[in-house]
Amino acid sequence: MDAKTIPPSRTNSRREILIIAILTVDSLTTGYGDQPIVKDLTFDVNEGDFLVVIGDNGVGKTTLIRSLLGLLPIMSGTINYADDLRIGYVPQFRNIDDEYPLSIRDFVALNLPQRPFPWITKKEHRAIERMLRLTNLTTIADRPLGLASGGEKQRAYLAQALLRNPQLLILDESTASLDNDMKYELLNVVARFQQSGLSVIFVTHDWELATEYGNRFLRLTPNGASSGPINELPKPTVEGAK
Amino acid sequence: MLALSFMRHAFVAGTFIAIVSGLIGVFVVARGLPFLTHTLSEIGFAGASFAVFAGWPALNGMILFTMLSSIVVGQMSIKRSRREAVISAVSALFLGLGILFLSLSSETASSATSILFGSVVGISIHEVWELVVLSAIVLIVTMLIYRPLKFDSFDDIGARVTGIPSTAISVVFLLLLALSVSVAAQIVGALLMFILLTLPAASAKYFTHGVAKMIVLSILFSLVGTWLGLYLGYLTNWPVSFFIALIEAVIYASALLYQKYYVE
Repeated sequence: MDAKTIPPSRTNSRREILIIAILTVDSLTTGYGDQPIVKDLTFDVNEGDFLVVIGDNGVGKTTLIRSLLGLLPIMSGTINYADDLRIGYVPQFRNIDDEYPLSIRDFVALNLPQRPFPWITKKEHRAIERMLRLTNLTTIADRPLGLASGGEKQRAYLAQALLRNPQLLILDESTASLDNDMKYELLNVVARFQQSGLSVIFVTHDWELATEYGNRFLRLTPNGASSGPINELPKPTVEGAK
Repeated sequence: MLALSFMRHAFVAGTFIAIVSGLIGVFVVARGLPFLTHTLSEIGFAGASFAVFAGWPALNGMILFTMLSSIVVGQMSIKRSRREAVISAVSALFLGLGILFLSLSSETASSATSILFGSVVGISIHEVWELVVLSAIVLIVTMLIYRPLKFDSFDDIGARVTGIPSTAISVVFLLLLALSVSVAAQIVGALLMFILLTLPAASAKYFTHGVAKMIVLSILFSLVGTWLGLYLGYLTNWPVSFFIALIEAVIYASALLYQKYYVE
């Protein structure tokens, strides 16, 4: 891992001086075709961070995430990952309709290690049950995912992404379609994992959620990006920025 | 009934066909490929009639045509928006080719009927062995790629972001599907084989919510249809494929009713 000392002004942590960066992005430019959407972006994610990526629609939040995941080739700059970094990702869209047949438990279990045999070992069973418990899904684990509520679905996606114990979790607008109680339930679950060392990148437009759960922000605007500790995140003044 | 060697052969072949179809069918339905499967059956018909024309065993022609075309069709129809048009075009072309090869060959019309609608009489012990070996290949490969195949079939977005090689999985699956089509066509015929590769699995998903349970149930529905179809065909002398189609359609209709009245 890439350990380095960060000046206190760049972090809001009062107790830590030695900070371990698990992801370092330097002068990144990325987009589709020859059209750059994110330009010359520099930031890093440290162990245990809850980094909020905030900005209006169309500023390149999802483009950035796709590049971080290696799903979209970058145009210039570098992305450095800590050695053997495991990333869990909850995408914004999933094609799960009412007729989707799998139970929540089976859906979560899809992300077991891809071994060349079909049966599930005892250890894997225990890992699945543990994850269902930690995401408050145990009591509804046998229900078809297609019939679950929006909040339950998002927690199932989260449980699937966390099943292989990633060090970094990326949530892309996971709270966007949820009502208030469900947003908090989902993020409380995420925050519990973060307290045990998980780093989180949370993409959102929601200023209140960002300031409540995040410790640092990366704000994307059509004119460029800014970043800093969460208490410096400017309050939205225009409609739609929330 | 089982004193007759051709009925014994038909039951053994039918059992393997049902197991392979029931298993592969679950992934066909999950990946939204019933229409492609239907097309592969028509391509299989063209392959078989080419084999008759060239003097080969029908199975070899089917395997050749379905394996080659499954990859081409699979690659051409990756975009959902044009999938139906591509599949329709390919299917029309191959039906035409099938008719051409049949008319060019010196075989009688009865060989065309048996390719199109299947035939239980005259399955030799040699052909039974061929089916067993092909089925074993399909079953073993499916077991080896079961986990990534399951992830990619039931949650393609999740699978892709987890780094599962979706394209490779898709190609291997299309080859397995082509083999299964060729295997299944031996009894139910090229035109009706998609029944065993779609309906049992489509029915199973209404009764259970786990992939393994779905596979077991799908194989069971497929076995019931095949065994009962063979038995009723033997009793009445009507075509076995008719009974199999009827039984699977009844099972599917029951599954829909079950869903409507007991689940919702």
